[in-house]
Amino acid sequence: MATVTLKDVVKRYGAVEVVHGINLDIAHNEFVVLVGPSGCGKSTTLRMIAGLEEISDGDILIGDQVVNQLPPRKRNISMVFQNYALYPHMTVSENLGFSLKIASRSKEEIEAAVQDAADILGLDELLERTPAELSGGQRQRVAMGRAIVRHPDVFLFDEPLSNLDAKLRTQMRVEIKKLHAKVKTTIVYVTHDQVEAMTLADRIVIMKDGHIVQIGTPLEVFERPVDTFVAGFIGSPPMNLIDGTIKNDTVVFSDGRSVPVPPDFSGKVVDGRRVVFGFRADVLMPKGHTLAESGVLHDLDLTIDLAEPLGSESILLSSFGGKDIQARMHNPRPVKGGEVLSCELHLEKCHLFDAETGQSLRG
Amino acid sequence: MPSRTKTVLIWIVTFFIMLIICMPGLWIILSAFRTNGEILTKPAIWIPQNLTLDNFRAIFGFGENVVGIPVASYFRNSLVISITSTALALLIGMTGGYAFARYSFPGKKPAFLWLMLSRTVPGIALSLPIFIIWSRLGIIDTKFGVILVFTAINVPFTVWLTEGFFRQVPNDLNEAAQIDGCTRWQAFWKIEFPLAKSGIASAGIFAFLTSWNEYALASQLTRSTDSKTLPVGLMDFTAQFTIDWAGMCAMAVIIIIPALILTFLVQKHLIAGLTFGGVKG
Ligand SMILES: Nc1ncnc2c1ncn2[C@@H]1O[C@H](COP(=O)(O)OP(=O)(O)OP(=O)(O)O)[C@@H](O)[C@H]1O
Ligand SMILES: [Mg+2]
Repeated sequence: MATVTLKDVVKRYGAVEVVHGINLDIAHNEFVVLVGPSGCGKSTTLRMIAGLEEISDGDILIGDQVVNQLPPRKRNISMVFQNYALYPHMTVSENLGFSLKIASRSKEEIEAAVQDAADILGLDELLERTPAELSGGQRQRVAMGRAIVRHPDVFLFDEPLSNLDAKLRTQMRVEIKKLHAKVKTTIVYVTHDQVEAMTLADRIVIMKDGHIVQIGTPLEVFERPVDTFVAGFIGSPPMNLIDGTIKNDTVVFSDGRSVPVPPDFSGKVVDGRRVVFGFRADVLMPKGHTLAESGVLHDLDLTIDLAEPLGSESILLSSFGGKDIQARMHNPRPVKGGEVLSCELHLEKCHLFDAETGQSLRG
Repeated sequence: MPSRTKTVLIWIVTFFIMLIICMPGLWIILSAFRTNGEILTKPAIWIPQNLTLDNFRAIFGFGENVVGIPVASYFRNSLVISITSTALALLIGMTGGYAFARYSFPGKKPAFLWLMLSRTVPGIALSLPIFIIWSRLGIIDTKFGVILVFTAINVPFTVWLTEGFFRQVPNDLNEAAQIDGCTRWQAFWKIEFPLAKSGIASAGIFAFLTSWNEYALASQLTRSTDSKTLPVGLMDFTAQFTIDWAGMCAMAVIIIIPALILTFLVQKHLIAGLTFGGVKG
């Protein structure tokens, strides 16, 4: 059983604390994605799990074993690095077999394992090449191959796709997901790309400034963000967030317009409280261009500044409550700038956050 | 065709510059095969009249006029001293270079700077203090004493050169190797060392040539056939009133040859080393 447990893990560089006591339980075979903005401590956390970075405080367990003091080679983990870190003076097959050679396995055993990995990742043709003779995507695949030959307990990925172009990235994302289905292993995956996180993860861990802000399934963090940071970070386009004040069960914005307090939050806010009202583009749609949805709807007239057609839908840019916001239009028709559309807001899917702390008021 | 004339002109100019640069070397090699008389003739005879191997015969102790100089001993001393001091300088310099490239420790920057600054001190300026200390220690006129000095001369440059090479090997590689099951030491030998090989080879060549050719300090620290190196032995050809130029040139050729052979053997590494390792960001 390869669970990974982090207990109050702290990392300090000298006097500077960059990871502040994080707790995380990763289940056997779970695919966990650490996501967050640059510098939030994702790589540091991953490298502490790998044993490449000492932990300053707390405990890390792999299975039932505390691994705080174990060097990387004794943790039975594999890691895929952002720039692949293939050994340039070895061929692809030597790269793949290196770990087994170090473990003094027999020649036949190594060959079989390399062949296995090559089959899974389609590397057969490339085995005799050196890394310099490979394309970015092929190098990426070799790096993954090198990670799987040893059948490790845990896979660690540090932004493995960030050096690839957009198209290849999408393709490799699918391959990683397939790989996880094939070689069932616990995976900890670091990225700053929320789309990667949403598509790959069983559970997402959102980090900020060395803290874990929220842990949850992709749907949980998407639908119930715990604060404005998560709300703005997860989902594309980011959630619209507008400052307002509560008055008679409505949220009043700086331009005088208002919407009712969403049903989930009624009774949880008192008059005069300053809040941030949040909703995604998907829940504000022009009438006649919505997905058939029932529920508590609120009618709004929006002056459209600009429409971005994406084919099956358009993103509408407008302003509301003193902020630039985005709405979504399904089965779009051409929209001119300055046109006023009558829209409906799906209130049940709106959020309220505290204006000072940014915390969700869902309670 | 103007561009053609230009090319020809460039070639001619290049040739003459090259000739001027190579002249002393050529003259030494030529003179090694001439008689002392012909060398000293005025006006100079540029095209040798008759070439002879007598000078070499004389040095190695057969032929008519034997030179009483123990070239074989000098050669052996040079070899032992150069190889040992190179090996030591590489061992110390490489580990130092690796440490500077990979680890951070207090005082790293000033330490590196001082190491480089030590190169600015002309070796000969240290000869008196070294001489006094060495004679107190009783290691004047020993190979050990010379080896110690040459190693010290070579270490800073070796550190500098190998540091650049190790820094070019991404640290990720050694981390990947550790994750693949290597100890820190295995990761070094199996991954980082092979990748920095050309830098280490060039450092080795430079160290060897420095030791092989060094004259100033060696001439102070050596006395007898126990420790005299070839360049120092060269001075044996100067007697009080005469200088055996022909013999000296023949011996100079003997000194040059091993260095040339070595340089040719590793020139591939040397070029790679100079063009890509020396450049530091
Ligand atoms: N060796 C170090 N010494 C001092 N501070 C460091 C060191 N390594 C990282 N840090 C700091 O630790 C913090 C977290 O770094 P980390 O590399 O984990 O960020 P990250 O979340 O992976 O960011 P990115 O998405 O840019 O890779 C950063 O503020 C960084 O400046
Ligand atoms: Mg990172």
